[in-house]
Amino acid sequence: MDILLEIIMIPAVLALIKIVVIILLFALPLGTLLTLMERKWSAMIQDRVGPNRANIGSFTGHGLLHLAADGLKSIFKEDCIPRGANKFLYLLAPFFGMISAVAIFSIIPIAGPIGDFTFQVADVEPGLLFIFAITSLSVYGAVLAGYSSNSKFALLGGTRASAQMISYEVFMGLALMGVFMVYGTTRVSGIVDGQNEYWFGNLIPMWGVFTQPLGFILFFTALVAETKRPPFDAPEGESELVAGYFLEYSGMRWSAFMLAEYIAIVGVSVLMTTLFFGGYHVPWLHLWESAPQWLVTILQIIKFSIVTIFFCWFQIQLRWTVPKFRFDQTMSLGWKKLLPLSLLNLFVTAFVILAFA
Amino acid sequence: MIPIEHILLLSALLFTIGVMGVMLRRNVIVIFMSIELMLNAVNLSFVTFARSMDSMTGVVFIFFIIVVAAAEAVVGLSIILSIYRTRKTLNIEEFNLLKW
Amino acid sequence: MLIIFYIFAALSVFGALGVLFLRNPIHSALSLVGTFFCLGAIYVMLNAEFVAVIQVLVYAGAIMVLFLFVLMLLSSKDSGDYVNKWTIGKILAGLLSLGIFVQIAGLFTAENLELGPKGTYPLEVVEEVGSIALIGRLLFTDYILAFEIIAVLLLVAVIGAVVIAKRRFQ
Repeated sequence: MDILLEIIMIPAVLALIKIVVIILLFALPLGTLLTLMERKWSAMIQDRVGPNRANIGSFTGHGLLHLAADGLKSIFKEDCIPRGANKFLYLLAPFFGMISAVAIFSIIPIAGPIGDFTFQVADVEPGLLFIFAITSLSVYGAVLAGYSSNSKFALLGGTRASAQMISYEVFMGLALMGVFMVYGTTRVSGIVDGQNEYWFGNLIPMWGVFTQPLGFILFFTALVAETKRPPFDAPEGESELVAGYFLEYSGMRWSAFMLAEYIAIVGVSVLMTTLFFGGYHVPWLHLWESAPQWLVTILQIIKFSIVTIFFCWFQIQLRWTVPKFRFDQTMSLGWKKLLPLSLLNLFVTAFVILAFA
Repeated sequence: MIPIEHILLLSALLFTIGVMGVMLRRNVIVIFMSIELMLNAVNLSFVTFARSMDSMTGVVFIFFIIVVAAAEAVVGLSIILSIYRTRKTLNIEEFNLLKW
Repeated sequence: MLIIFYIFAALSVFGALGVLFLRNPIHSALSLVGTFFCLGAIYVMLNAEFVAVIQVLVYAGAIMVLFLFVLMLLSSKDSGDYVNKWTIGKILAGLLSLGIFVQIAGLFTAENLELGPKGTYPLEVVEEVGSIALIGRLLFTDYILAFEIIAVLLLVAVIGAVVIAKRRFQ
């Protein structure tokens, strides 16, 4: 038993365990559940029932069994490779999106540290910049899928995806500069702890959404555009490009694209929670000084999950209520409106910090 | 600790491969990529020297190099695009209007 | 640690050779991305995490995507087949680059490599202040002129690129 404990406490092993726990117990299940949640919620908005047929006997679990059925279906489907496709790149492309979606979770703390033990895989100094670096790689998935499929729809989707994602990355970074300036660090743990302070005595927590309201809106917009979800779904463009860059994919590889999209939704929600809604810190909990440690940790995990799930829901709601942008509208919104706004946000933040701090 | 000679040798090797790419390849975009590779090799030696000399100057210079590389890529690619519109090729041997 | 460095070094050389030898320019671009990634890993080993992140962010995430974007726009299937047919030229190029390598490597491994005085930022100082804060401070004090010039250069590059690549409608 002691030897086992010793092995677990080796940093590399511990990190590995954390990775497995966070990805397998948090990101993947939530991402998978979201596929069902999206179908159910869209059905509710359109006054339908939604998936309810898959069953074992009379048990349907409100469509839960559709998850298993869909998984089985895509595993047994034929994995088609179109004629004239660049085979190597075609097989490689689905992994890029998946990797970059999952990597977001590696620096997110889901609860406060207990002693030396942190609920975070790695607290690196560049912190959020690391996330930018990784998410900037997700564009390769779209580009390579579009190029290698040997289909004009896929190629158009891939070109659109690369243009859109490079553009929105620019002010995704710029919008976040304000957060870095307010909390004075790029380290995720530093930003989260900075949000645990309060204005006016104990009245308002210094959450990112209160210190950086414009930055919050800009960053969220940019992130939604990065995931290529509606209203910014011109690269997929159901009505014009059929499915855009992953048009030719089938079976498990198609599922990989879809799953990557849903994990990216969870990733976006987790980022919004961490940067703008106080991360794991439960507001006003410090007033209750005699709270036992285990209860605090559990409350923190619950608060983190609730805000995360709220943002997942919000993105689904956004998809089914907002009309989509045309591609030129996406680009002009980005370069002509969001970019000047994010620069303005940066200037105002810098001015306020200089004047009042 | 990694011996700095090995990192510097790696940097020299990458630089040489970049030089060969510029001289041997005929696709103008690949030539551009080789130039990026050469810039990266220089970056690597900058970081190595900065670390081994306890200095930050090399690290700061990398940012200048990266900016120059980005500017070069942007302008270069737009030149390639406009040449492609008139000549319909990426072969650098065909860009010979100014050749004597 | 040393073994990991050698693995990444070998991979980065492999990727660079891919740029040199692969016929399809898109494959070349991807193998260059691999090289950039390995170089980023080596930067991490040299305790320059910030540089590593910027390396992946700018080179792999922006510049190479731009290359791929242009390659896809031009997407000519024949673009891989431009071969240098001048054999003597190839041999000359090989000899020349061998000479360059010997020169640089000789310089780097020389016994009497004069490195000058040590700087004032050993690893402990960097870790205490934080490398990002330190780089920012240096950029806005010692290197402010270079920083301003670089900013102007970027602006010029942006405007120049737009002007050059713009289609002229008559």
